[in-house]
Amino acid sequence: MNTQTAESFVTPDGRTIGGTVMEMKNITLRFGGVVAIKDISFDIREGEIRAIIGPNGAGKSSMLNVISGFYVPQEGEVWFRGKRRPQMKPYQVAQQGIARTFQNIALFDGMSVLDNIMTGRLTKMKSNVFQQALWFGQAEREENHHREQVEKVIDFLEIQNIRKTPVGRLPYGLKKRVELARALAAEPKLLLLDEPMAGMNVEEKEDMSRFILDVNDEFGTTIALIEHDMGVVMDLSDRVVVMDYGKKIGDGTPDEVRANQAVIDAYLGVSHD
Amino acid sequence: MAQDQAPTGGLASIPALLERNAKAFGGKYAYREKEFGIWQSWTWAEAKEEIDALALGLLALGIDRGDHVAIIGRNRPAHYWSMVAAQQCGAVPVPLYQDANAEEMEYVLEHSGARFVICGDQEQVDKVIEAQERVHKIEHVLYVDKRGMRKYDHTHLNWYHDVQEEGRAAHQRVETEMDARIAELTYDSPAVMLYTSGTTGKPKGVVLSNRNVIESAKNSVEFDNLSAGEDVLAYLPMAWVGDFIFSIGQAYWAGFCVNCPESEDTMMTDLREIGPTYFFAPPRVFEGLLTTVMIRMEDAGRIKKRIFDHYMEVARRVGPSILDGKPVSGSDKFRYWLGNLLVYGPLKNTLGFSRVRVGYTAGEAIGPEIFDFYRSLGINLKQLYGQTEATVFITVQPDGEVRPDTVGVPAPGVELRIDDSGEVYYRSPGTFVEYYKNPESTASTKDAEGWVATGDAGFIEEDTGHLRIIDRAKDVGKMADGSMFAPKYVENKLKFYPNILEAVVFGAGREMCTAAINIDLSAVGNWAERNNISYASYQELAGHPEVLNMIQSHVEEVNESVAQDPMLSGCQVHRFLVLHKELDADDGEMTRTRKVKRGVISEKFADLIEALYAGKTEQYTETEVTYEDGRKGSIKATLEIRDAKIWPTAHTQGVAAE
Repeated sequence: MNTQTAESFVTPDGRTIGGTVMEMKNITLRFGGVVAIKDISFDIREGEIRAIIGPNGAGKSSMLNVISGFYVPQEGEVWFRGKRRPQMKPYQVAQQGIARTFQNIALFDGMSVLDNIMTGRLTKMKSNVFQQALWFGQAEREENHHREQVEKVIDFLEIQNIRKTPVGRLPYGLKKRVELARALAAEPKLLLLDEPMAGMNVEEKEDMSRFILDVNDEFGTTIALIEHDMGVVMDLSDRVVVMDYGKKIGDGTPDEVRANQAVIDAYLGVSHD
Repeated sequence: MAQDQAPTGGLASIPALLERNAKAFGGKYAYREKEFGIWQSWTWAEAKEEIDALALGLLALGIDRGDHVAIIGRNRPAHYWSMVAAQQCGAVPVPLYQDANAEEMEYVLEHSGARFVICGDQEQVDKVIEAQERVHKIEHVLYVDKRGMRKYDHTHLNWYHDVQEEGRAAHQRVETEMDARIAELTYDSPAVMLYTSGTTGKPKGVVLSNRNVIESAKNSVEFDNLSAGEDVLAYLPMAWVGDFIFSIGQAYWAGFCVNCPESEDTMMTDLREIGPTYFFAPPRVFEGLLTTVMIRMEDAGRIKKRIFDHYMEVARRVGPSILDGKPVSGSDKFRYWLGNLLVYGPLKNTLGFSRVRVGYTAGEAIGPEIFDFYRSLGINLKQLYGQTEATVFITVQPDGEVRPDTVGVPAPGVELRIDDSGEVYYRSPGTFVEYYKNPESTASTKDAEGWVATGDAGFIEEDTGHLRIIDRAKDVGKMADGSMFAPKYVENKLKFYPNILEAVVFGAGREMCTAAINIDLSAVGNWAERNNISYASYQELAGHPEVLNMIQSHVEEVNESVAQDPMLSGCQVHRFLVLHKELDADDGEMTRTRKVKRGVISEKFADLIEALYAGKTEQYTETEVTYEDGRKGSIKATLEIRDAKIWPTAHTQGVAAE
């Protein structure tokens, strides 16, 4: 990384936070007359868990889509690993080491969990379609290798028992986990999670939090996540960006954000003491 | 006496058996574990290498003779190896329940004084670290699964495989020491220490010697003709004596293969993939499997369902007889063969029972219907009765003499005695050495001649020699006329009916037995729906005359079955009522583990019990209840009390309980 803007340091719990991986510079995104994001700047540092929070319609998912390269902002620049990022196709984004999960689960319902996760390895497959059809030589060796990687993810997320189950038959909480597994199978450097705990019960949330922390800890993956559950966000993340009506109203550690008056007014509710 | 028997073939310890197996069955698989979706295997020779490496590593860390090595984790080869490696160092393995909380773990770690702890994963390490705030004897903690462990302070923490590597590197230095310590092991040196689960008071550490383990394993292997070709699935807690005997004792004696599932949740898939030939499960596992099958059949198409029902009927009629080799008519044989082709074979395959030669259930009473279901499919399911202090085996059912209501004949080498109060005593080569650091309990449990009290009351059937367990000895009383009163025996029989959730039988010191019964709301509610019986509340349903009729027929059937038993015939329920509220732990009527508190109930419902014995036909009562939010209220009801038909005592033995 040639344009590290900050020194790397070690957090109290022993993780190393490196320099800036991705930087948003004065992003503005419009859909016709609607301004979804208005002049927002922030950075994501190597190895950190970065949360984006805000009320409904604040522009969080749009922001994540800008990070993932799916939306191209009308104004502003996205810098990734020291380079200004050009407009890219989704597969090019994936090849850069960015993987994501979706707010509304986007899995192949009729396929098994294993096959779904296997699709996460697609960008890493080199054999061509004919070799794969014949399943010969390189294709076979490659599949064995990819299967091994996928099995490690399955082991990591403790979903061995549903390996062969069609995704359509799984409960919601597990589908979310399978989505995370698929994203992890791509061995991402930057993982984007769009409301990973939405609609989960307390126990499922605890499990998911555990997995997010473990992913960050074990693989050093940088994670950017959007989440509604305040408790979860404050516990998990190193730094938080707060958005409201497309604008950034706060940015900092969970404690700083909690103390920020603008944030309290807009989102956390007014304290009455 | 069996106590003085010399070890067979000079094999006086588990490490000696390992040595023999590595030579005799070197290329045969000893362990399998599913990991990353693939079954990984180790031969006996490879297993020995792994165990040796760990033992050498432990020696390099400074393990002493007689040290206790606590092992905490799910069933994995590495954990089984840890036990044998500890023995090879002259130390004693102490497996702990992995789902124990930090407090329970703390007690056992403190009491055993373990210097070494081998943990499965981070979760267990965390508990041990928490316990270490108060337990100070632990010197080294090993962990097998590396995940999440990177950031921990490793001054006293070692990765299992690092210890093995160090052991391999140090083999020239410490190998002679290891060999010397293996050679020192005698038939009477301790093989393992197991903590009893402790339903009464603190857990006690049961010390079992090599003699206990090897003699029990040898006898039981011979009893069931187990061979080196068996496959078992190791999925029950490692801290339980049964798992130690099946997965180490018997496996090492017979040389068979222990298969470890991928995780707790994949047990059913792994069971199907391995297809064990020798299988053990507590009744709840068999019940659970049966329920799954039945629910799936309810969802099946009409034709499939009819085929299933028809052939299950055939199986119920002739299956057990065919299994026991009793004569069956040719046409029935053909029907059963056809049923096997269409239903039983595929079903057993789905359940993973296709290859089961010997299956055991134990631990608690199993419902006769459940037991018969599996036997009628041709699965040789048997019952055994045992406890930790006996190194499992007290009685077992021999092939061809299997019945749901007995627990079998004394296991080979076991002597049985029933004392005057009806309590069962045994003496066997498996009788435990002592309770660790607890001579008083040892003395009160095991007398000078080696007889051990089981705490269970039972009797031996005269003509068959089978033992029947009636009840916990402390619950058994006498009725006014001096005949035996065993409430749980009758309650269990009542509870086998799906419509009856709980039953409490009264009668100690009285002239007759009476019962208070709780209906099962889901089962009875379902029945009411199907029979167009409308009800607004639990209370109304419980008091409905049709429901009372149904419960009465259940009670009378139970009476008929109790009457078959000359000793317990007096326990027939003369009068009963159906309670207007469900017994609840919140109201103090049950323990949190859903065991009925007799004392509380006889106080709380004193008016109802009085009415049962006063011969009234109905009784008005008010009962205080606690709502979920803690508020108190009261339920008022007038309960109908009914008489049940009493059957004359049968004088012929051996009539089937049905």
